[in-house]
Amino acid sequence: MADRLYRAPAAGALRIEPLGDLTAIFDRRSMQTHLVVAPMPEIIAAMGDTPCDAAMLAERLAAMFDLADAGDDDVAAVLCERLAELAALGLAAAA
Amino acid sequence: MSAVRTLVDLLAGRRGADGLAPRDWDGVIGAARAEALLATLAHRLADAALPPSVAALFADQRAAAAVARAQALWEAEMARRALAPEGIAFVLLKGTAYAAAALSCAEGRQIGDLDILVGWHDIGRAENELIEAGWEWVKPDPYDDAYYREHMHELPPLIHKARDRMIDVHHTILPRTHRVTPDALAMIGDAVVADGGFAVLCPSDMACHCAAHLLADGDLQGGLRNLWDFHCLTRDFAAADAGFWGELDARAALHGLRAPVQRAARLARDLYGAALPPGWNRNAAGDGWFVRRLLARDDWGRPTHFALQQAFYIRSHWLRMPPVMLAKHLWTKWRKS
Amino acid sequence: MRHSTRIAVGPVQFRIGSDWRAPIDALDRLYAGYPKDMARPADATVRLFAARPWRRWLRPSVHIGGDFIVPDALPLPLSMGLLAAEMGMNLQVALGWRRHMLLHASAVARDGRAVILSGESGSGKSTLAALLGEGAWRLMGDEFTLIEPASGDALGFPRAVSLKNAAIAEMAARVDPARLGPLLAGTPKGDIRHLIPRADAIAAMHEPARPALILFPRFGGAAAIEPMAPGEVFVRLTEASTNYVALGEAGFAALTRLVRETPAFGISYPDSAAGMALVEQLWAEAAR
Repeated sequence: MADRLYRAPAAGALRIEPLGDLTAIFDRRSMQTHLVVAPMPEIIAAMGDTPCDAAMLAERLAAMFDLADAGDDDVAAVLCERLAELAALGLAAAA
Repeated sequence: MSAVRTLVDLLAGRRGADGLAPRDWDGVIGAARAEALLATLAHRLADAALPPSVAALFADQRAAAAVARAQALWEAEMARRALAPEGIAFVLLKGTAYAAAALSCAEGRQIGDLDILVGWHDIGRAENELIEAGWEWVKPDPYDDAYYREHMHELPPLIHKARDRMIDVHHTILPRTHRVTPDALAMIGDAVVADGGFAVLCPSDMACHCAAHLLADGDLQGGLRNLWDFHCLTRDFAAADAGFWGELDARAALHGLRAPVQRAARLARDLYGAALPPGWNRNAAGDGWFVRRLLARDDWGRPTHFALQQAFYIRSHWLRMPPVMLAKHLWTKWRKS
Repeated sequence: MRHSTRIAVGPVQFRIGSDWRAPIDALDRLYAGYPKDMARPADATVRLFAARPWRRWLRPSVHIGGDFIVPDALPLPLSMGLLAAEMGMNLQVALGWRRHMLLHASAVARDGRAVILSGESGSGKSTLAALLGEGAWRLMGDEFTLIEPASGDALGFPRAVSLKNAAIAEMAARVDPARLGPLLAGTPKGDIRHLIPRADAIAAMHEPARPALILFPRFGGAAAIEPMAPGEVFVRLTEASTNYVALGEAGFAALTRLVRETPAFGISYPDSAAGMALVEQLWAEAAR
């Protein structure tokens, strides 16, 4: 489960508009609107354009933000769940 | 001339949009909405000289249809994400297939549910994967559920929890109790891949399915829409392949669908001005009743000819079910309504 | 259809057909002051029909249909035919209009700027808007407010205002009786009377207004103002829109822009005077 690879949508597929504490995301492929809170927008940004699993994502996030204990198993487990949620929304796909 | 006749003439190109009075537009727009053809008409008349409010309405319709098309193709993509990793192959059918293959009949077409064709041996696994990916049963009546599973050509309907869109998973294209049994395995085997990677029926099977859906599977509600699809499909496939009509005839014979395919072609000629090759261009008894049924709509968008509708309703069930079953089914339905 | 009429409100041209004369006569009286363009084709069709031919006379009950129909919807008695017609117009616009983003909201305008009052039936938005519309404000509409995707402007949809229960007496005390429709007593929503918008509101119905304030009124409780964050406003407005999803990216762009550019507040108020005072107060602050 933890080593499942995911891919973010291609450039231009998402329109991301911060609205205070929430971020509104329009998916141009599905015509759906998603309202998400941190850390979803950060995760999507960190996924970039190469596939990653939870551990790789943790490293990328640590490089982008000030994350304590990026190597912690708990962090990977949490990111695993977030990635699965993004996949259910269609915002990430199994790579 | 009636509004629905004018609508058909506008689509066929037999008549131009100029010269329509405001009251004519009321009726044409009303009939087009009722027949799910308004956005199609809007595409057909995109370059015509129109009254400003009609031009604006048509522009709205074209924009809305583009949004609906993206949503429909997304449903196909989400089905692919659920089924492909498990090696469950599926073929897109109907409106979503036309959109995936960028066919002309997809322009302005309303697409409701996602229809897919899956091998009979894969049906159980497909059901499980879809449920795991967030689809759930539309809660059925226990009688309907039993009827569905035993006799129909598809699983009972599934709807996605979050996206609120339905998927119909077929394993043949007509009900199992139908008098005609098309060769679903051949359809799956000869499917082609459209740009974008989705499998769709090969051209002659697509036209066969369209005719079957139009004439063999229902009471012709929404028939003008389905007939328009058939007309566009056959016209476009024939333009790309000189041998198409011959292939269509052979394929229709394989599936036991020659009669509906030939009748669909004649109706497309009679209503939409289709050009048919020799051998197809006859006149047949009964066509007149079908034309009358297809045009049974008044200038306020209401269905007319109630008795004719009933006759076709019973006919559609007669095609689907042996007589004893039909009587029992209609009785149960009538008792519950 | 035996009887029919045509009504244009804002950008929408309706044709309304009926199996009975009475609702058509009632509509013609209510909308007599609205401009008529007999040459314009209809954008939306409403039908008031009897389920069976004999139900035109025998216990007549009015089914609501047209371009769109709600299956299994309960019909209304003929005495409430006018209400059925108004519900029918709402239904066709709510389900069929694609040119503007539709918000289930009232709106009033002043100096080219709009205050949008969003809320469910019973929130008091219609009554507040109607009262403001009798003062220095132009009533844009009580049921729907339209937002133009390209410009972000609000556009009015000034139909006859649907006054319910206590609001009837409140408005009847302030307006010329000729501006009120018949009393429809005991409807599923209580007593209803329709108020014809002021002549200046009807005359200005095509004039857009730039959104200045979004308010979520709640009738009842002490007077209070609660600022609302853009994220929450976005969510509540998608819930208040019948066609947001159908508009695709244009809808998303319009709504994010509206929410970012327009301050929003929840307001609660014990009575109309207090409610109107809150609106005036927030308007004055927004204008600064």
